[in-house]
Amino acid sequence: MRSQKMQFKKLRTDVLIIGGGTAGCYAAMTIAQNSPDTKVLICEKANIKRSGCLAAGVNALNAYITKGCTPQDYVDYARHDAAGIVRGDLLLTMSENLNSVTAHLEQLGLVILKDENGNYVTRGKRNLKINGAFGFNVNEEIFYSITAKAVIICTGGAAGLYKPNNPGFSRHKMWYPPFNTGAGYAMGIRAGAEMTTFEMRFIALRCKDTIAPTGTLAQGVGAKQINSLGGVYEDKYGLTTSQRVHGTVMENISGRGPCYLKTAGITAQQDDALIKAYLNMAPSQTIKWLESGKMPSEQNVEIEGTEPYIVGGHTASGYWVDTDRETTIHGLFAAGDVAGGCPQKYVTGALAEGRIAALSALKYIAAQSISEISDEKISENFSRAEKFLNNKNSRFSCEQLEEAMQTVMDRYAGGIGTNYRYNDRQLDIADERISQIQTLTDELCAEDMHELMLIYELRERLTVCKTLIAHLRARKETRWHSFAENLDYPQRDDENYLCCINSKLENGRIKIIKRRLIKEGERYEHNDRP
Amino acid sequence: MSIMIDREKCIGCGKCAEVCPGNLIKLDGKAFIRYPKDCWGCTSCVKECKVNAVKFFLGADIGGMGSLVYTRQKGDILTWVIERPDGSVKEIDINRKESNRY
Ligand code: SF4
Ligand code: SF4
Repeated sequence: MRSQKMQFKKLRTDVLIIGGGTAGCYAAMTIAQNSPDTKVLICEKANIKRSGCLAAGVNALNAYITKGCTPQDYVDYARHDAAGIVRGDLLLTMSENLNSVTAHLEQLGLVILKDENGNYVTRGKRNLKINGAFGFNVNEEIFYSITAKAVIICTGGAAGLYKPNNPGFSRHKMWYPPFNTGAGYAMGIRAGAEMTTFEMRFIALRCKDTIAPTGTLAQGVGAKQINSLGGVYEDKYGLTTSQRVHGTVMENISGRGPCYLKTAGITAQQDDALIKAYLNMAPSQTIKWLESGKMPSEQNVEIEGTEPYIVGGHTASGYWVDTDRETTIHGLFAAGDVAGGCPQKYVTGALAEGRIAALSALKYIAAQSISEISDEKISENFSRAEKFLNNKNSRFSCEQLEEAMQTVMDRYAGGIGTNYRYNDRQLDIADERISQIQTLTDELCAEDMHELMLIYELRERLTVCKTLIAHLRARKETRWHSFAENLDYPQRDDENYLCCINSKLENGRIKIIKRRLIKEGERYEHNDRP
Repeated sequence: MSIMIDREKCIGCGKCAEVCPGNLIKLDGKAFIRYPKDCWGCTSCVKECKVNAVKFFLGADIGGMGSLVYTRQKGDILTWVIERPDGSVKEIDINRKESNRY
């Protein structure tokens, strides 16, 4: 192989974990505990100390089963929130693991708030088989070909598909980590894995500008959503996340904006607790309060919806997996935000899934030997990366194409700019434009490995956009306001759409597959019958 | 959203660069932020710097007024220091052994 810019290295392992965030690290730990001889390799573009969603810290694990509640209650709650489109088998197996991983975290030194009694307080037919992955070093000029008996994918969800709330200097001040660019989804889509429920986008309701969480205000001090006339509007639209966002959009459209969380009138003690709580998880909000000179008790907190994300830890988008978290590609397991069908998993749910996927991978590799990656495949992938390093004089920069993608998605695929709404004609335009931008990325040039990473991140997001658009088109109903609001089909249609919308790339085309919902207690295995 | 690095204070230990989830900080002997617009504002680098050379601020486009923020750690106490443009300073202590009340 003629290497111009990058060196080439081969690595070998038993289990390859792609993504060293919450789910990935916990999967690695599970394997180390259960099978110390198994070789594990974690690939991660950042330092695992701060990689993934939790770099900023997190103050709420969000998901554990409190006293008097059962794992089934949690399943019911998630099912209600998603208007029925969830996988009961995945939710139940995750819920059953929630408290033991929470207890384990505590053992490792995490402080968890408890009440005086010591209880946690509330708040297909497959012939595709994986034999490794390719990657490159983001700092040094090295390209890797990694062979593995099994791969666990834990790369998180996708941010930056849509134009963000603040497209200028603070474009990355977003809810979800801007560094999660859907790499795992894109790898799966390109490899022909089946994906599910991409159309259930996630939009968070956040404090304006700082994009800090609102749950702490709503649940912590009981702040209600009010419009600028002082009217409480949350009762009018409902309390699921999608309904809270929708209500805020509707109030704004009706001329009653801006919208707020009513904090005015809380006590000085509550002010103090909020200032500290936000320093822990979203310091920008505390700075905002201090800089404005007005505490939450003196001024209501303005709120807004974020741009849409694809994130399987909150909604149900991601890989279509069996109950053991194996994807439709043999030997490829998925956990955390990248795995579909199992919403509301949050931090502990990602740990629970990391454990389930790790144990399944261990079972799987017992009967596997390493199969080599063909030289042809290696050189194809190596040359593709090399080409960007050798390209000269690209007409567009990576940043310009990123902006183009985000603008198209914003205008034609239901971004903030259209109040999250779209119709079929707009989706057609979005699809065509995204394809055009995809071809433009071929000529991008990278000065160094960081820029090469940015090009790959852009291409991954474009791949995710294509699948997302196909899904938005396929669910011809409006089940979740804002998350998937198709103006051609404004009603919910249980007769035809109480099912999963799945997709798979076949011969360059995205094929839509409708699948029935799997219930808890069932053990779902892949076969090719919808 | 971004950070500022005080190159006078920086001792070039590289910890901030190592920890940044976006690989946005580079070193040329001392640290500098190579991609300011790509900063997520997670404050990992701020907490990592032992000499308080990394400070964090809100962009003017999201209402920032120019305060600079850094942290100091002593045992379980994490102190947040907010330096306002008028020179006044506010310190807030957080005990890491206590979980949030909200
Ligand atoms: S952590 Fe602080 S001292 Fe170390 S390189 Fe970064 S800025 Fe400089
Ligand atoms: S605040 Fe976070 S994203 Fe920004 S430079 Fe520091 S570590 Fe990187």
